[in-house]
Amino acid sequence: MEAPNVEELLVQAERDEAQKLQRITVHKELELEFDLGNLLASDRNPPTTVRHAGATPEAELRALARDNTQLLINELWQLPTERVEEAVVARLPEPSTRLPREKPLPRPRPLTRWQQFARLKGIRPKKKTNLVWDEASGQWRRRWGYKRARDDTKEWLIEVPGGADPMEDQFAKRIQAKKERVAKNELNRLRNLARAHKMQVPSAAGLHPTGHQSKEELGRAMQVAKVSTASVGRFQERLPKEKAPRGSGKKRKFQPLFGDFAAEKKSQLELLRVMNSKKPQLDVTRATNKQMREEDQEAAAQRKKMSQKGKRKGGRPGPGGKRKGGGPPSQGGKRKGGLGGKMQSRPPGVGGKRRGGVQPHGGKRRK
Amino acid sequence: DGLVDKVKPKTKRAKRFLEKREPKLSENIKNAMLIKGGNANATVMQVLRDMYALKKPYGEFFSKKSDCSLFMFGSHNKKRPNNLVIGRMYDYHVLDMIELGIEKFVSLKDIKNSKCPEGTKPLLIFAGDDFDVTEDYRRLKNLLIDFFRGPTVPNVRLAGLEYVLHFTALNGKVYFRSYKLLLKKSGCRTPRIELEEMGPSLDLVLRRTHLASDDLYKLSMKMPKALKPKKKKNISQDTFGTTYGRIHMQKQDLSKLQTRKMKGLKKRPAEKTEDKETSKRIKKN
Repeated sequence: MEAPNVEELLVQAERDEAQKLQRITVHKELELEFDLGNLLASDRNPPTTVRHAGATPEAELRALARDNTQLLINELWQLPTERVEEAVVARLPEPSTRLPREKPLPRPRPLTRWQQFARLKGIRPKKKTNLVWDEASGQWRRRWGYKRARDDTKEWLIEVPGGADPMEDQFAKRIQAKKERVAKNELNRLRNLARAHKMQVPSAAGLHPTGHQSKEELGRAMQVAKVSTASVGRFQERLPKEKAPRGSGKKRKFQPLFGDFAAEKKSQLELLRVMNSKKPQLDVTRATNKQMREEDQEAAAQRKKMSQKGKRKGGRPGPGGKRKGGGPPSQGGKRKGGLGGKMQSRPPGVGGKRRGGVQPHGGKRRK
Repeated sequence: DGLVDKVKPKTKRAKRFLEKREPKLSENIKNAMLIKGGNANATVMQVLRDMYALKKPYGEFFSKKSDCSLFMFGSHNKKRPNNLVIGRMYDYHVLDMIELGIEKFVSLKDIKNSKCPEGTKPLLIFAGDDFDVTEDYRRLKNLLIDFFRGPTVPNVRLAGLEYVLHFTALNGKVYFRSYKLLLKKSGCRTPRIELEEMGPSLDLVLRRTHLASDDLYKLSMKMPKALKPKKKKNISQDTFGTTYGRIHMQKQDLSKLQTRKMKGLKKRPAEKTEDKETSKRIKKN
C-alpha cells in the first residue's frame, strides 16, 4: 500500500516543481535587453496582444508588464548578493545606457604658484589638528579663523621692543601688518585666478557649445580669430561691406600726475604766455587739417548730390570732373594722420588744389 | 568663466554649496524642474503633481535658483490640448525637448490603493519595437530613462524593489503605466511577480520634438577619461575562461642558462681531453 503512495508522492512532487518553474518562466520570441545598473529592460517584441485589444488595452498591458517584469526580476536575482545589516543586497553592475551629462567636463586648472613650488621641492601637506590648546584663554581654540588660538592683534598688553620708538603705537602696527598680509593674500589669489583664466580662454575659442550667443560675444570671438594669424591680422581680407574695427587700438595715455617738474613748469608758463598775449596764436598744422577735413566733407556731399542727379539725367559729368594733378607739397607742415582714413579713395590731385589754396589763410608759415 | 567667482564664499557652507554646483567628474543626481505654464489646466496640473510625487525628493516646482537640468512644462490651449513638454539641459542650455500630448490620464489619487514610499528607485521597462526604429523615439526613450531613473547606486536591496514604470509604444502612442510590485512565493529562489496598478497612467501622443544637433549631443556625451574603466594590458581571456598573461623578456643566451648541477655528471679534466681527441679523429674521417 505504501509503494504506490510513495510513487504518487514523487510524481506529485515532480509536477509541483514543474509548475513552480513554470510560474517564473516567460516565453518571449526575442530576448530582452537588460541594463541592470539602471534597473532597465527593453523589450523588442512587437506588442501584438496589445494591438489586438482595441480601445482599452488595460488588461493586455498589465499582462505584458507582468511578463517583462518577471524577466527583469529573474535577471536581478541572479546577481551576486551580500548581506548588509540583515538585508539581502544585490550588487549592481555599472549602468550601460549612455546618458548625456548635465554640465561640461571640468577643465584641468593650472597649478597655483604654491602648488608648483611644493611639487618642485617635494613638500607634501602635513595633516594638522583643527583645534589648538590656547594657554591664555585656557581652552581649545581653532588653529585659524574666528576666535583663533594665537591672535596677536587681540592682545591687551604689548611690550615696546628695545629698538623701537616709544611714541609708536604697537597695536596699530600689528593691525596694519595684518591688513597688509590679508591684502597680499588676496592679490596672490587673484593672480592665480587670472593665470587660470588666461589658460582657459584659448581652449574655448570664444564659441559656446549651443551656438546661442549674443552679438557682442560673437564679435569678440571673431576679432580674436582675426588677429590670431602669423602676421597678427594685417593681411586678413574683409567682407565687401565690412568696416574696419575702430577702437581696438591703445587708449589715450595721460601724463603722470607728478613726474617731470621742469617740463610741467615749462608747459604751464607757455600756457600763461599764450593766454596773456594779444595776438591770437594759431597752430597751423591743426588749422590746415581742420580746414581740409571740412572741405573734403563738402566735396563728398556735393559729389553725392551730383552723382544722384547724374544718374537721373543719364550720367553727365559733374563740375568736379577735371582736376589739376599733384600740387606743391603741403606747406602746412606735418599731417598728423588726420587724413589717413578719409583720403584713401580720393585722387591726389584734389588735395593738391586745396593745399595750394590754404596758404593765404594760414598764419605763420613753417618750413 | 566659472573660475572667476562673482561671489567669493565667506563661509564653509557657502563654499560647499558652490562646489556642489560646479562641473565635476562624476556628477550629482539630476534635479527636475516642474513648470506650470500660464494656461495650464487641471489635468496638466495634476500630471505635474503626480510626476513630482514620483520624483521626490529630486523635483522642484519652478524656481530660478535651483540647479536643475531636467524640466517638465505643462500647458493647455486650443491647438495643443493637455500639452506636456519634457526636456533636459546641458550647461544651462536646452539640449532636448519633446512635446507630448496627454490623451488619457488617471491620477495617483484616483486609484485607491497603497502607494510605495517616495525616493525608491523604479524598475523601467520599455516595450515595443517602435522605440528603436525612429530617432525621435530613441531620444524619447533616452530622455525618459534620464528623467525617471533616480540615483545611481552600487547596491540595491532586493526586497526593496517596489515599483515598475512600463512604457509601451504602439500605433504612435506611448502608454505609460506604473505598477506596484508584489513578490509571491514560487518555490525556488526567484519570486513570482504579481502587479497591482498603483500610480499615474498616461496615454501620450508624440507631438513636436526639438532634438539637439549631433555634435552638441556628442559633446554632452563625452565621458571623462578618469571614469572610463582602465584596461589592464597584457591580460587576455580565452573562451573557456582561462586567463592568460604576457611577459616581455630580453633575449636569453641559452648556453649560459643556469640549470640544476649534477656533480656526478661533471666531466673530469682527463675525460675532457679524451673527448677532444675522439672528436678530432671523427672529423678527419
